[in-house]
Amino acid sequence: MTAIISVERLDKSFGTHAALREVGFEIASGEMVTLIGPSGSGKSTLLRHLIGLTRADRHSHSHVRVLDRDVQHGGRLLGASREQRCRAGYIFQQFNLVSRLSVMTNVLIGHLGGMPRWRSLAGRFTRQEHEAALHAMARVGIEELAEQRANTLSGGQMQRVAIARALVQDAEVILADEPIASLDPRSAREVMEILQRINREDGRTVVITLHQVDVARRYCQRAIALKKGRLYYDGPIAGLTDTRLQALYEDAGLDELGTREDWPPATEPLHAVG
Amino acid sequence: MATTISDEMQVRAGRRSWKKPLCWAVALLVLSWAWQGAGIAPGLLLDNFDNMVVLAGDFVPPTFGNLMRYVQEMLVTIQIAIWGTLLAVICAVPFGLFSASNIAPWWINQPVRRLMDACRAINELVFAMLFVVAVGLGPFAGTLALFVHTTGVLAKLFSEAVEAADAGPMEGIRVTGAGRLEEIAFGLIPQVLPLWLSVSLYRFESNIRSATVLGMVGGGGIGVSLWQTLRGFDYAEAATIMLVIIVAVSLLDMLSQQVRKRFI
Repeated sequence: MTAIISVERLDKSFGTHAALREVGFEIASGEMVTLIGPSGSGKSTLLRHLIGLTRADRHSHSHVRVLDRDVQHGGRLLGASREQRCRAGYIFQQFNLVSRLSVMTNVLIGHLGGMPRWRSLAGRFTRQEHEAALHAMARVGIEELAEQRANTLSGGQMQRVAIARALVQDAEVILADEPIASLDPRSAREVMEILQRINREDGRTVVITLHQVDVARRYCQRAIALKKGRLYYDGPIAGLTDTRLQALYEDAGLDELGTREDWPPATEPLHAVG
Repeated sequence: MATTISDEMQVRAGRRSWKKPLCWAVALLVLSWAWQGAGIAPGLLLDNFDNMVVLAGDFVPPTFGNLMRYVQEMLVTIQIAIWGTLLAVICAVPFGLFSASNIAPWWINQPVRRLMDACRAINELVFAMLFVVAVGLGPFAGTLALFVHTTGVLAKLFSEAVEAADAGPMEGIRVTGAGRLEEIAFGLIPQVLPLWLSVSLYRFESNIRSATVLGMVGGGGIGVSLWQTLRGFDYAEAATIMLVIIVAVSLLDMLSQQVRKRFI
């Protein structure tokens, strides 16, 4: 397997607290992987390292490589051109849209990395770029919201705007940090289905941090589990047996075991994507 | 157990019982110290009451013979405030960004902040006197004075808005592969723009008030006439000028209120 993401000996401390210790794994192109673990296990911190939002400990042997590019080495971020950086997209739990701008502009922002500087700073988007944005919005089912301000949307709609932004960016790898943690069950399921389609139909690599095991089981083939900052399990999701899960969550509350009942069954069809 | 709790409460009550009077004593000390320094003497107001009645009488009735000239000069005053504020807003954007700790590293933001402190510390009137020497008597000196002082004020207010901005949207733009400048243009500016506009309008209002006195040191505008009439004890004339100022300032305050409502 040719690794599209590789992490070696990742160490990260916040003060004296060790958030990540010697974490390492590889992810191949086209995989849909979940990073799983109880809250505070370091999964979100790990994901932020993959895009360079967080730096590993200085002078550690940490090495993060994504899409044939060194993102960081020994706690030092390695610079990259905008073209290279826009090959990886990121989705946040809190969406991180620009609330005063329209949905359309928020989606168009996905183009910024691939545009000439004079056009990006002037905010001059071409007709093709507008069309690509509309197409992405249609794929996630929000085309009718184009002119609305982002802060008027519901959580589920905002997350779809964020996904449309990553689609416009044409990212080969999509990293999603707890994309459904702030959503109601129905929106959560819609967002997960969209991410699954991006993985299946576009062949994009998707890495998602989740804390609900049943969601992970439904959508992901592979799981990387973290416990107290250390790699606990890496393999097929089916291998995360109940006994292993019990050990993984032994210190966590029951609600994190994925026994939530508000998760709706996948019977009613969702509106088409793609 | 019960005794320890009540002990603790007593300790706490004890701490409060001497802290509060101390605060009051310090406050009173400062106030009386400042009272002396400020030379406050209410007796003088009473002793000179008759004089003041005569003085107030000199202001009425105002003479309206030169009204059009004063309106003309007030317009110049407003023109000074417009350009003084606009130039300051334009410069305060980069200076404000460079003095924000979440945008610029310390070796940029510290020197820029000190420079802005200096612009702010010196009053417009002092700058006007300096610029009169540099560019000669007239409104241009006043405009430059307002511009420099207001840049210092707005840069500080702008940078405070920037530092209070939410980092989330900027991260959201960073991860699309966009550069630092795009991050600022699309993630930061839309967040801070309403506040920036609001403080700029407020500074415009206060700059009109400041511009009415710039003429006293040769900085142009209505201050020249005000200064001349007051020095010549021509209070009826001065009353007209003050009325013009009051009407103009009130009108522009209302106008800027409307602009604020419209855009924010």
